[in-house]
Formats: sequence, C-alpha cells, structure tokens
Amino acid sequence: MTVPEQDAAVSAPQVVSSFLEQRKEQIAQRWADTPLFRSVFTVSRDEAVEACKAVVEALSEVAASGRLEDVGSPGFVPVRDQLGRMTQTRARSGHTASQIANEVAGLRVPVMELLREEFADPTVPRAQEAVLALTLLLGTLRLVVMETALDANAELIERQRQQLLEVATPVIKLWEGTVAVPLIGTLDSARSQVVMESLLEAIVDQRARYAILDITGVPTVDSLVAQHLMKTVAAARLMGAECIVSGIRPAIAQTIVQLGIDLGSVLTRSSLADALAYALGKQGIEVSRAHANESVR
Amino acid sequence: MSQPLPAHSAQVPVLALGDVLLVSLQGELHDGMAEQLQQDITQRISTDRMTGVVIDISGVDMVDSFLGRVLAEIASTARLLAARTVLAGMRPAVAITLVELGLTLPGLVTALDVDRAMELLNQRGS
Repeated sequence: MTVPEQDAAVSAPQVVSSFLEQRKEQIAQRWADTPLFRSVFTVSRDEAVEACKAVVEALSEVAASGRLEDVGSPGFVPVRDQLGRMTQTRARSGHTASQIANEVAGLRVPVMELLREEFADPTVPRAQEAVLALTLLLGTLRLVVMETALDANAELIERQRQQLLEVATPVIKLWEGTVAVPLIGTLDSARSQVVMESLLEAIVDQRARYAILDITGVPTVDSLVAQHLMKTVAAARLMGAECIVSGIRPAIAQTIVQLGIDLGSVLTRSSLADALAYALGKQGIEVSRAHANESVR
Repeated sequence: MSQPLPAHSAQVPVLALGDVLLVSLQGELHDGMAEQLQQDITQRISTDRMTGVVIDISGVDMVDSFLGRVLAEIASTARLLAARTVLAGMRPAVAITLVELGLTLPGLVTALDVDRAMELLNQRGS
C-alpha cells in the first residue's frame, strides 16, 4: 500500500516540474532548432539555447507552484519580456497571430518525446497524468505568448494614436497675429478637443487676433463635426480672437445646408489664401509687389 | 452658500483709467461680491461718465453659469448707460469649459488681454 501513497504525494505537476528541471539542457537543445527560436535568434545558437533554458525554467517554476492553467502565474513574469520580443520579431516578419500560436504548439512534440522516455511504460496512469499536466502547461504557455503579443500590439496602437493626434494638428503662424490650423482627416471628439486646445494655446503664445480653421482636408462634415467647428470658433472668440473657417468645398457646403446646420455666426472664406487676405486686411496690412516693373521684365 | 466675509475683502476693486473702468477679478467670486460689483460699476459709469469697462478675468480659473450671467448682465447694463464692456484675458481652459457648457457669451466683446481691450475701446471710441 505504500507505493500508491508515494504516487499521490508526488503529484503530476511536481513530476513535470522536476522533469523539466533535470532535462533542461536537452529540451533547450531541441527547442533551439524549432522555427520559432531559430528565426528569432539568428545570430548565435547559444543565445537561442539560453533563451530556451529561461523558458523551461519558467515552466518548471509554474509547474512547481501547481497553477498549470493560470496565465497570470508569477512564474511567467521573468520570461514575459523575452516572449514579447520574440512574438514581435515574428509579427514583423509577416507572421499572423495564429501562425505564431502554431509555432508555440510545435514546441510540445520534442518535450513530449523526452517525457515519454522518462517512463519505462508510457501507459501507466502516472505517466499519463504527467503527460496531461505537461500538455496543460504548454497550452498555458501558448496563451501567455498570445497575451504578450496582444499587449505589445495594444501598446503600439495606443502610441500611434497619440502620435497621430499630435502630428495631425499643427498650429501654424501665418503672419504676425494670425494663426492657422489646417485640418486633415476626419474630425472626432478627441481630435477636435486637441485642435481646440492647441489653437487656444497658440492664440495666447502668438498674441493672435485672427485664427483660421482650414477644412480643405476634411473629407466629410456631419452635424457632429460642424458642432466641433462651432465650439472651436466660439472658444477662440472668448479668448478675444476672430476665427475664420476656410476651405469648405462645394459638396460639403451643400451637405451643411441640407443638414440644416446654422453656421451663420461663423465667418467663412473659400480658401486659406482668402482667409489670410481678410485677416491681413483687417489688420491694415497691405501686400504688394516689391518692384512695379517686376511684371514687365 | 457663500460664507460671511469681512466687508472690506468682499469688494472687488474698480479702477478708473481715463474714461475706462478696469476691474480685475481674482479667484472665486461670491454671490454677494458679484452683486456688489454690478452695483459699483453701474454707479461709477453714471457718476464719473465712463465710456468703457474692461473686466480682466486672467486670474479666474473657473467661470460657471452664474459668473457668466453676471458678466453678461454687467455688459448689457453698461450698454444702457452708453459704455462698452470688454472681457479680457480668458484662459484657454476656461474658454473650453464655457463652450462645453454651451455658454458662448454672445453679447460680450472679448480681447486677449487688458492691453488689447484698451486698444479696442480707443479704436471704437475714435
């Protein structure tokens, strides 16, 4: 009766943990030749082996803690960075998420072979339990890899979104006391907020009397966009600057009228040049040719 | 509700620059102070024959619907007494808040700072 008791004492995850620890070197050697590691660590094979060892150690630790199916298990923390880098490298070389997941699944076969060799008879319940535990563990690894890949992507998207917000809304000083914002692309609430903030800041910084909102690059105007425009105009007026909207294309003008949006309180000019001419004229600035005979030559 | 304050601190100073009244609002304006200010300004316009009022709000962090209404009322009262009112120095954050609240203060003339406001009054006066 002592033998089954011993079996029960050493649970399947523990068996897997000690197996991973003992066979670390062999597993790492085999994994280093799989497409996943080989393509990431192209410089040296030793580096790939080291990376594999780190992953095996992490798996062993997770198995020892008994939380085989817990993606948030602390054992994965040390290798998360490395896995993130690996998935990024794979993604950059044009692999889809599911392809990467398949490659991670490909790591199972070599380990399974080694685990089966551990047992003289692979059909005994103990061996089967160990195989099951290892399968679960590798499944979790797969999830962790996917999770890190998704996290990295989400981070990238957030960063790019932020960059887009900043890049897409420059405030240009056209003349002393005249600033302009050439709006390009669709205006949503977040963007119009940024436009408003940067325009108002520029009005203060440049001591501008005139602010031009050029919407030549805005593809469509709906009631929401019109509302954003009117808010920006009103805010600029509260700051003591006059706001001119320029570059309304014929199709957009028709849409605005059909939607019944009243832009009557907003000063409009057909192009940015006209708006600038208006602002200059209001400030008493005249633009003329430097030499009268220039045109004759 | 507004806390009872000593009489001297409850008043906003109203300065006269030539024929223009200059009021500089700082921090929060209590209900009582706002009413007092409204009375002071109308009184000064009629007795001292002022033609313009500049209200500087560069020291105000927050303009709510109450202060917005007070400012609009001061402007319309001044207009009845033949004086023009210019609101000067609104901060960007305040402008954004007002617009989001739908308070665009349509009847008010605005200027970037006190300097510009004086310029505006002199320009229109001449």
